[in-house]
Amino acid sequence: MTMVKAFPSEFIANASTDLQSGVLRWGLWGRLGWQDILMRYRRSVLGPFWLTLSTAIMVAAMGTLYSVLFQLPAADYIPFLALGLIIWGFINSILSEGCNTFIEAESVLKQIAMPKSIFVCRVVWRAFLLMVHSLPIYLVLLVWFQIQIGWSVLLAFPALLLLLGHALWISLLFGMISARFRDFPQIVASIVQIAFFLTPIVWKPELLRGRMLIVEANPLYHVIEILRGPLLGTPPEALSWIVVCTMLIAGWVLTFWAFARFRPRIVYWV
Amino acid sequence: MADPVPQAASEAIVEPTTVIGLDDVSVTFEIYGSGSRSIKRRFLRSVLGRSSAGDDADAKTVAALRNITVDIKHGDRIALIGKNGSGKTTLLRVLAGVYEPVSGTVTRNGEVSALFDLTLGMNPEATGYENIHTRALYLGLSPQEIEEREADIVAFSELGESLARPIRTYSTGMLLRLAFAISTCVQPEVLLLDEWISVGDALFLAKAEERLNQLVDRSSVLVLASHSPDLLRRFCTKGILLNEGRLMHFGPIDDVLADYTGWILI
Repeated sequence: MTMVKAFPSEFIANASTDLQSGVLRWGLWGRLGWQDILMRYRRSVLGPFWLTLSTAIMVAAMGTLYSVLFQLPAADYIPFLALGLIIWGFINSILSEGCNTFIEAESVLKQIAMPKSIFVCRVVWRAFLLMVHSLPIYLVLLVWFQIQIGWSVLLAFPALLLLLGHALWISLLFGMISARFRDFPQIVASIVQIAFFLTPIVWKPELLRGRMLIVEANPLYHVIEILRGPLLGTPPEALSWIVVCTMLIAGWVLTFWAFARFRPRIVYWV
Repeated sequence: MADPVPQAASEAIVEPTTVIGLDDVSVTFEIYGSGSRSIKRRFLRSVLGRSSAGDDADAKTVAALRNITVDIKHGDRIALIGKNGSGKTTLLRVLAGVYEPVSGTVTRNGEVSALFDLTLGMNPEATGYENIHTRALYLGLSPQEIEEREADIVAFSELGESLARPIRTYSTGMLLRLAFAISTCVQPEVLLLDEWISVGDALFLAKAEERLNQLVDRSSVLVLASHSPDLLRRFCTKGILLNEGRLMHFGPIDDVLADYTGWILI
């Protein structure tokens, strides 16, 4: 193994080796992510299902109140709200915990040489596992409100893959920026809070009556919609797929460049 | 690195192969002040096009290693000698591949294993068994290799049924025994040690010393950083003297130690 200074081609090769070998160490990141969840909820009876319960309560309470406020049928609104909150929960953990990707791995990064991408996979896997714990809520609503889903529900699988693809680049990029600039996580946190209200999660896009630009210009709407739509039996529009795929490519190009350029510095930063 | 040019017949001495080669390696750290660690300030500075007083002084670089060129060969037992802050730990981390040098090249032919922090990656809430598995995965062992070594680790640590408890309930001695047993379960080709490891109670100490000696004996290269001349003389044949990140002397251990002692007395 040879490392040469400031040879961009070498840096690029090193970055892709890192990504490949990191993903292949799934035994390690799978275990670390799973252990993180166990640790977080170790002393509670319900374990990670606490999150399921709190989401369920939030859906029930907000669903009943807001369906009245917005004058929307509960059968329509509550599943919409539930899925929005569940998917948002995933996006939220990626945006906020993604900032800590490398910071939380400091002690290990400084002790042994290993692919940095292992820690990216760990963050995404952990957030994914947490989201899966909310699956029962969806299943209950599916039966309760007898939501009509057709074959288009299968679109949820490619949508989920796209979502994970986004989660990976964001955790990697935000992890690097936060390792270098320690005020970045706070900036992200305040933007995330605003984004929650600007994105159709609690409110439905139809309520805007025509002023759709505010929705369609919001990338987070499309990211949520490609997964929420199929699960509610309303396949998302082509525009959403196009936006999500384009952003995925753009995000990865930017992130890969940054990773190739700054990967050797990460250990110095943390 | 290119293969060495075949020597002329008159110089038919077989040179030991290079296991780790450093060529003109430098490492600099940026010492970040609060200002340079803020993306808001960085942004404002580039937008406003001027820097407020103190901003520039924030980011300082410190040279931790300067132009180190060294060939570590098969069979070498090397002592790293130098005052605190002379770059010993940084050099060990470069050898381990943790720090990629800012300039220069590092060549490695062999598995390098560092025993810096025995409790690496151990989770206080997880049980002893769980920690054995996690650490083994950090070391890159396959599930099969983990199985093979688990019995040995369990036996060596003498922890018995305690291994089923979370390690936060362990005493310091128990924790060290487990950490030591896990850390030494793999025989590395290149062994890097930052200070000689001391473990637990007197009874275990003898056993641990024996195991560590074995590990050292069987490794093809040892690099040991320490402040104890006796220890270094016992295990090392060569020495590297560092001062302020510069390589001052690389040679037989006694010469380097003499150089160092003469030099700190001044």
